[in-house]
Amino acid sequence: MAKKEYSFYPGCSSERKASASNYMVSVDAMCEKLDIKLNEIPDWNCCGASIGYAEGGELPRHVMNARNIALSEQNNPDQDIVATCAACWLGAKETADRLDASEQLLADTKEVLKEAGLDIHLKNETPIRHMVEVLIEDIGYEGLKEPMVKSLEGIKFAGYVGCQTNRPFGIDGESFENPMYLDKMVETVGGEAITDYDKKVTCCGGALAFSEPEKSQKQIKDIIEAAYDQGADMIVTPCPVCQMNVEVYQDQINKHYGTKFHIPVTYYSQLLTVAYCGNAKEAGLDGNIIRAKQLEEIAAK
Amino acid sequence: MSDVNTAMVQKYRNDFLKEVEENVEEGHWVKMCMQCGVCSGSCPFGPDWDHPPQEIFMMIRAGKRDEVLTTESMWMCTSCYNCIVRCPRELPITHIMHGLANYAHRLGIAPKMNPTRRFAKIFWNNIAKTGRVNELALSLKLYFMDGFMSGVKNALAMASVGIGMLKTKRLNPFALISHKGVKNPKELHVLLKKAREIEDRRKGIAS
Ligand code: SF4
Ligand code: SF4
Ligand code: SF4
Ligand code: SF4
Repeated sequence: MAKKEYSFYPGCSSERKASASNYMVSVDAMCEKLDIKLNEIPDWNCCGASIGYAEGGELPRHVMNARNIALSEQNNPDQDIVATCAACWLGAKETADRLDASEQLLADTKEVLKEAGLDIHLKNETPIRHMVEVLIEDIGYEGLKEPMVKSLEGIKFAGYVGCQTNRPFGIDGESFENPMYLDKMVETVGGEAITDYDKKVTCCGGALAFSEPEKSQKQIKDIIEAAYDQGADMIVTPCPVCQMNVEVYQDQINKHYGTKFHIPVTYYSQLLTVAYCGNAKEAGLDGNIIRAKQLEEIAAK
Repeated sequence: MSDVNTAMVQKYRNDFLKEVEENVEEGHWVKMCMQCGVCSGSCPFGPDWDHPPQEIFMMIRAGKRDEVLTTESMWMCTSCYNCIVRCPRELPITHIMHGLANYAHRLGIAPKMNPTRRFAKIFWNNIAKTGRVNELALSLKLYFMDGFMSGVKNALAMASVGIGMLKTKRLNPFALISHKGVKNPKELHVLLKKAREIEDRRKGIAS
């Protein structure tokens, strides 16, 4: 297989010692096994996330994303932009769409970027993709199986897709109400997928987990409860915000609702890394607050 | 009431729909709503919305300016995009909700104590400073936003979360001094300031 190269937008949560640093560790290991090369966009900035609208408004938000697109087109020409965080992907893609649809917005954005000499680099022609698109479209399920050494047999996964990887753009060929790709990935590496997981695309509250904790934790409780009810050993997700929200508040939810939740929440990239014979460290399993013991055991074999 | 708000009231008189169309992100879509109600059943925090999206669109057309701009409803939007993929008229509902919230905030009449409004402000200032999120500074600001004592309480409630993140190296305890953002934050500040100026000019908001 020839090496595939992409212009990579990691996003703040993937930085060293940030909330999704272990996601990044496993993505690196996974990509190495799949012969994917990620070229980080030099000097990228935050996308503004889904909460940036309130103080940031429209143009400042689009300028943030357009700066990244311009830097990518300048430094990594002819490479698709790939993001690992749903919110980053969405933010950048939304900006690209808006600039495409409005000449005035494009002109305004360029006028601003001119202050940094970046206007001439903004073509806004680069496809902006999520890492899972790269995996299922460019590599394919067969290709994902190739480097497999170990099977995840015996582990039952609730695939929590969440919202922003799924809506409004979603993954080509998948439905909004019941996307199957995450389940297919699980099955590709030998795990058991709960394909009719009830809360597959239910919102966890997103950024409002910070500002409206009770309301969000009610959502999260339902998401975890359904996973237990349907017999899951662990939850797997493609989104760093989903991962964090569903994992870290379990103690608080237990206190508030008298539940006994203690379920690991993993990333698809951790599953693939373990299946590709990566060790626990390479799979970022030491970064899970609730340890995914079954995965650790397979990784140690 | 703020001056910008008074100016807008005078400018648009009783035509709130027009005001929304001209000043709110994606506001020109509002008139396309056919009041089917699908969106209103889609919000995760639905029961907490005093006025669900469908009702807000109706109120805009009915000229209920104050009720719309001062409600907490839009601030309950989790950006889940359920509504967008379901709306038969393909209204970008999520963005209109964000746009309304932002507009009310800019006019200075959004609910002062709404936690999401306050969080969003802290968040934006956090990223605008260095170009990237500083999660430690962000959480500290957040927990101490109501003053020291309640901050201590909030921080204690969140302590187990924080300790878990620290232990697994998912939070940098030294981020306040060592956090690095983009290479030239000053340049980013210039960009953001200019963007704000252009946006204000386009919307007729003098800041
Ligand atoms: S969405 Fe989150 S991770 Fe992505 S760039 Fe923005 S703040 Fe950072
Ligand atoms: S499920 Fe939650 S975190 Fe994940 S994308 Fe949706 S709102 Fe964001
Ligand atoms: S779903 Fe669309 S058409 Fe129906 S009420 Fe909501 S915005 Fe209007
Ligand atoms: S995106 Fe906002 S408005 Fe739309 S369904 Fe979700 S919470 Fe409701």
